[in-house]
Amino acid sequence: MSVAQSPPPRLQMRGMTKRYPGVIANNRIDLDVKTGEIHALLGENGAGKTTLMNVLFGLARPDEGEILIDGQPVQIADPADAISRGIGMVHQHFMLIPVLTVAENILLGAETMANPIFLDRREARRRILDLGKRFGFEIDPDAKVETLSVGWQQRVEILKALYREARILVLDEPTAVLTPQETVEIFAVLRRLAAEGQSIIFISHKLYEVLEIADRITVIRRGEVVGTRKPSETNEDDLAALMVGREVQLAVDRGVSHPGEPVLSIENLTVRSDRAQEVVRNVSFDVRAGEILGIAGVAGNGQDELVEAITGLRRSSAGTISLGGEDIASWDVRGRREHGLGYVPGDRQKYGLVLGFPISDNLVLTGYYNRPFARGMQRVDAAIEKWAQEKIKEFDIRTPSSTVPAGTLSGGNQQKVIVAREFSRDLKVLVLDQPTRGLDVGSIEFIHNQAVRKRDAGTGILLVSAELDEILELSDRIAVMYRGEIVALMPGRPTANKEEIGLLMATGGRAPAAVSATDDSSSQTGATQDTSVTGGTS
Amino acid sequence: MRTLRPRTYVGWVIVPALSILLALLVASILIIASGLAGEEKKIDLLLPLVAYRSLLVGSFGNLKGIANMIVAATPLMLTGLAVGVGLKAGLFNIGATGQVLSGGFTAALVGVLVADAPPTVAIPLAMLGGVLAGALAGFIPGFLKAFTGAHEVVTTIMLNAIIQLTVSGLVNDVFRAPGFSFARTAPVGHATLTGLGNTTLHIGVLFAVLCIPLSYWLLWRTTTGFEIRAVGANPTAALYAGMKPRRMMILTMSLCGAFAGLGGAIEILRLGYYPAVFGTSIGFDGITVALLGQSNPIGILFSALLLGAMRAGAPLMQIQARVPVEIIDVIQGVILIFLAAEVVVRRVFRLKGAQGAGELQTITRTYGEKVAG
Repeated sequence: MSVAQSPPPRLQMRGMTKRYPGVIANNRIDLDVKTGEIHALLGENGAGKTTLMNVLFGLARPDEGEILIDGQPVQIADPADAISRGIGMVHQHFMLIPVLTVAENILLGAETMANPIFLDRREARRRILDLGKRFGFEIDPDAKVETLSVGWQQRVEILKALYREARILVLDEPTAVLTPQETVEIFAVLRRLAAEGQSIIFISHKLYEVLEIADRITVIRRGEVVGTRKPSETNEDDLAALMVGREVQLAVDRGVSHPGEPVLSIENLTVRSDRAQEVVRNVSFDVRAGEILGIAGVAGNGQDELVEAITGLRRSSAGTISLGGEDIASWDVRGRREHGLGYVPGDRQKYGLVLGFPISDNLVLTGYYNRPFARGMQRVDAAIEKWAQEKIKEFDIRTPSSTVPAGTLSGGNQQKVIVAREFSRDLKVLVLDQPTRGLDVGSIEFIHNQAVRKRDAGTGILLVSAELDEILELSDRIAVMYRGEIVALMPGRPTANKEEIGLLMATGGRAPAAVSATDDSSSQTGATQDTSVTGGTS
Repeated sequence: MRTLRPRTYVGWVIVPALSILLALLVASILIIASGLAGEEKKIDLLLPLVAYRSLLVGSFGNLKGIANMIVAATPLMLTGLAVGVGLKAGLFNIGATGQVLSGGFTAALVGVLVADAPPTVAIPLAMLGGVLAGALAGFIPGFLKAFTGAHEVVTTIMLNAIIQLTVSGLVNDVFRAPGFSFARTAPVGHATLTGLGNTTLHIGVLFAVLCIPLSYWLLWRTTTGFEIRAVGANPTAALYAGMKPRRMMILTMSLCGAFAGLGGAIEILRLGYYPAVFGTSIGFDGITVALLGQSNPIGILFSALLLGAMRAGAPLMQIQARVPVEIIDVIQGVILIFLAAEVVVRRVFRLKGAQGAGELQTITRTYGEKVAG
């Protein structure tokens, strides 16, 4: 026996440099990933994580640098090349065909043929079942993908890569679309994969997640590696400072609120879903001037419909919505806005922005018809442009100019455009729906601070978020929504208790047995759609 | 528009230009083949050049040719706008044909009524009738789309047939003027658009050309235009912003119909009466004009002139090169195919850039979406 020599890392990237006109997306990045390692790639939006992975997957050509797999230099020209070298990519947005089965989706592009004409479905099924068994997530190959929950669809994506014999798995923000419970489950899957010798690159900007799952964490800022850490040697503050390049205050100092009169009073509000089911039932609460009321709840418990009813995008079927003392329940969107209602929508690309329009037009998307932006029916471009320049500066929107389409901005900057537009008015009430979903630490800090400032200026803020931490962070009072009802209303920190709220979110405060009685249909395989939470409300 | 950034400007022009080039190449093959079918039955590889040269001479060679080109382009500008402005609002108006017919027919009826009034009164009145009738023909699919979700492509195609048959039925029966060998209305008298000097140019050209800056101003300089474009680009965001997507759809379709109606009115008033069989392709040609002009009013002006030039030059091409005028339809059709298949053009010429502008998405989008608000 020779002297034990440690094997070369599974993957090495050396001096990777990728330039785009005007920017260096990757500047001499070194990264190595060992066999069986979960290696987190941490960085803000636009830091260069995605570019680096695109280079690895053959979607972009590096200008300099080399890639070694098991110590051998390789050239990766295109994704087919990358796959043949054992690199598998799980995108944030799944590349699955809903009407096809799991097996069919997995086979697509890597068909196992019985003969030149027909697929060998039996062999494919066997391999899929084997893989599931080996990695601890058995899945029915004949289930249609559209019947699977998001968490299981993600596992199909992982299986797709494993079926193609991937040994290096890249997961791009895998938890962005998952519920906390699904996140716990996928972490278990990832650990098992690593234990079986897979090398995993885990891209994220959620600090606590990478601390939990990663063996090592490489932080990228502005296209450069600024540090590699082991979770045991670091903490959230340290990582945040590395990511952003300065000390970041993760906890918002929201100080003391001085609530005044109620500015938004919801009384006995009932709202129906598109399928005419009552998804908000007899809800009543007040938002007072100068306070932040947080609505906690698992997504799909009626929050969306509640927000839509308040903002005028959906008709309520009963009850009153009083804004500054007037019942606005029958008013249209514009009437409510003009009466002092601001709204940062949960889906910024669907509702908040016209992606093809320049930033300047998006900044006046709701106020374009007023002076100084319009005179009669004529637009006043000079005033719009001046306003845009001011807001870009004030809200630190990172863009080369005000004329570029909003769709070219990063998620954080897109959200800043919306925030700039909605926060820059005198408001009685501001509705914030998932205001920081998918954003990086720097942007979250910025938006949270803006919200507190707006509160201190006397606006009543209604915050809806699926992130319990965000609710706890910001809210002066917390309401818990469960199956269309407000099941609890309590003061925020320091008295609010995370576990207690979590339990209320999951069970509505009723005896857990009563809930699990309705769960039978969804618990057989775990692979069918999880209806236990949303069943009564969707 | 506030800024004509050079880069996007090139992006606008390059795909249409390449589409025209490809269409001329494809047509060359057909022209060469047509030589085989001709009297001399031989392959003449230079025949396309001869044909295209005579096409150019026929349309630009002299003042008369230029006048013919402008007159041929005039209704195309209007139907181009009828399609292009709709595309800006996310609506694919296939109904320009029906709107042209109802506009032309109504212009003829009004024209007959005011046939004895002085031209300065008769012509504007007849045109106004055409505009209003076209607007009504556009209003109907707009309304159906807004309140029932019926897709405008389906309803406008249906309406094309309904209008065409109704109008020709009326001309064959109720409004048939006696004393002519074929079914037609009475002459419109002083409402007729007569040629100025010894050219074919007429006062209607002025009305059509004015619609170009008017729609440019409307789309890019007014709050209403902003709403039209916002509804077209993202109807849910428009709803969120407090706009009324349904109202904008109805308004835009009516406006589109008004443009097409004016186009029909001009064609009929030039003719001087409405014939029961009024076969015109200007409605469908509007689709080519709008796509070639990238739904931009200025682009539409130029693409209408291009198509007008082909129409005006075609007779000389037939005489000099013995190439049938129908080859113009082929060129136009092939241009349309390449425009619609922008991806193909970009692939052939290895162009980078966003695949499919907003307008093309309107055409290729899934049907049957219902918009709220």
